[in-house]
Amino acid sequence: MTPALEITDLRKSFGAMEIIRGVTLSIPAGERHAVIGPNGAGKSTLFHLISGHYRPSAGTIRLRGEAISGMAPHLINRRGLSRSFQITNIFPRLSVWENVRCATLWAMGYRYAFWRNIERLADARQRTEEILTEINLLDRWHVPAGVLSYAEQRALEIGLSIAGNAEVLLLDEPTAGMSRAETERVVALIRRVSEKRTLLMIEHDMGVVFDLADRISVLVYGEILASDTPERVKANPAVQQAYLGLEAS
Amino acid sequence: MSERTGAAPASAVPPLPTGRGAGFMATFGPWIAAAVVLAVLPQVLSSGLALSTLSLMGMMIIFALSYNMLLGQTGLLSFGHAVFFGLGGFLTVHAMNAFAADGPPLPLIALPLVGAAAGLFFGIVFGAVSTRRAGTTFAMITLGIGELVSSSALILRHFFGGEEGVSTDRTGLAPFLGLTFGSQLQVYYLIAAWCFVSVAAMYALTRTPFGRICNAVRDNPHRVAFIGYDPQRVRFLSFSLSGLFAGIAGALAAINFEIMNAGQLGATQSGTVILMAFIGGIGSFGGPIIGAILVTYLQVALSDITDAWQLYFGLLFIAMVMFAPDGIAGLLARQQPLLRGRQLHRVLPAYALALVPGLAAVAGLSLAVEMTNRLTVHAGDGPAMSFLHVPLRADAPVPWLVAVVLFAGGGWLFLRAGGVARQAYDEALAIVQGRGNAS
Repeated sequence: MTPALEITDLRKSFGAMEIIRGVTLSIPAGERHAVIGPNGAGKSTLFHLISGHYRPSAGTIRLRGEAISGMAPHLINRRGLSRSFQITNIFPRLSVWENVRCATLWAMGYRYAFWRNIERLADARQRTEEILTEINLLDRWHVPAGVLSYAEQRALEIGLSIAGNAEVLLLDEPTAGMSRAETERVVALIRRVSEKRTLLMIEHDMGVVFDLADRISVLVYGEILASDTPERVKANPAVQQAYLGLEAS
Repeated sequence: MSERTGAAPASAVPPLPTGRGAGFMATFGPWIAAAVVLAVLPQVLSSGLALSTLSLMGMMIIFALSYNMLLGQTGLLSFGHAVFFGLGGFLTVHAMNAFAADGPPLPLIALPLVGAAAGLFFGIVFGAVSTRRAGTTFAMITLGIGELVSSSALILRHFFGGEEGVSTDRTGLAPFLGLTFGSQLQVYYLIAAWCFVSVAAMYALTRTPFGRICNAVRDNPHRVAFIGYDPQRVRFLSFSLSGLFAGIAGALAAINFEIMNAGQLGATQSGTVILMAFIGGIGSFGGPIIGAILVTYLQVALSDITDAWQLYFGLLFIAMVMFAPDGIAGLLARQQPLLRGRQLHRVLPAYALALVPGLAAVAGLSLAVEMTNRLTVHAGDGPAMSFLHVPLRADAPVPWLVAVVLFAGGGWLFLRAGGVARQAYDEALAIVQGRGNAS
């Protein structure tokens, strides 16, 4: 079966600095995959490359068999890959409702329609309501997104990335800056929304990683040090030295 | 998903959108009212000056709203919007002349379609260049396009008619239901009809998938790309459609004045539309309508009283940006919760209290401006003048002292009273919200 996401010898340089140094990674459909690694390892850069925000210097990225490396973000998104951001990235002046509804529209096939009344689009309305229920923001639907609390904005961030029904979901540090209780709720949410999807997630919280991930890739200085099940990664001496050991000390 | 301390209780959450219309009157009532007002206005204000001012307001409403499709809806600051107004107008004038000579028997009332087509065409052409980038780059490109077009207007004399422009005769076209549009009243109704249709169309546009995505691009263009939309395409479509409506406004100007000249597509006209949108308020759909009406009225009224009227516009613009950055519509919108909570009576005295020193400061400033104007621009007329029907000498010390005292004292008191008014507002709002939470 074609992997959901297949990255081959991916490289990215900024000037003389090579940040991603030959990453090869294959993620089968339906897998929950976590990318961990110390700060500056290139995790966010890797996400920016996959989602089209940056252009790779070399290598290929295939989404369900189709080469997407070098495509514009919106073209990659239309092919079924969606992402969230490490720093909350929402539409602050639009209401929570409009934020989510905007994120459903392309997948619903409404494109740039300037001849249809948006309030009459029953399927977009229904989908928006589903997403808001899923992320537990239904009773905040009328509030401008910019005035939501931090945790609520993080939830909306995830809502925006799942609204388009993309099959491959990239989440960049979804629990960053959250309390224990909030983190637990986000983990439950991620577990639900990733049920029929392929999930690639950057996460610093080892509890979350070992709880959610089927497989873990350890990225250190732009290279994959190990890519395996949580147990084997935990037992890997090179990983312990490079990353987990640092965390523990 | 979160702890929500201090948030409104669940009972205060408004019901979810249902997709069903809000009822006939709630949806169409304001539009029917607007149509009635447009229809009866000339019966109330029937003087020649009033009719031509109203006609001017009608076209400026379309122009200002078309500009806000860019600035307020899509977040694009354009410095060259008059290009589409002017080109729409020029092509309409040429079409009128061609049709009057030996063209198809197209009635005058259909001619704004020519302006619309011209505006859309040039919107597509210039949009393809300018909307590749947003922000400062976009603003600079529109500035360049504005300069390019207005300087070519003086070079391409055959099309633009040079300094004096191109004139036409609107009565030369085929009559429409017996109307020849010779009188200003008939032209007013032509403009009012197009104004109504254009405003309705632009409003409808804000309530479409495209309209919402424009707002999303305004808020966060970067994120839009990750929900499947090409922000560049959104900007381009918005720019083109905004050109279409500016072209309609230009065509109405051509029909109204029966002449177009290079001034109509230059930087001054582009600046005026920014002024209208900002003073009215770019944050709501209706803001630019208020701005267009107010600025047009002041242009007509002030230019009659003083030749320093453009200076007053500049000062008004600065004052609005400093004290009410979301415009008149923003000021009004903030009173809405008080009105609904029946607490407006708590703030009105404080507002009135601030208004008095505010007006005094304006009077002081205006006195200084007028005396300076008299001593410099109109030095030949001598220093004797009158201000608010009070005769005075511009070179005497007393009037200057009065001006300084009025401006400084009024300004100081205005700022103090403004603080009091803001406090009264906050208190009244707290009462309204407190009650909302208790229920």
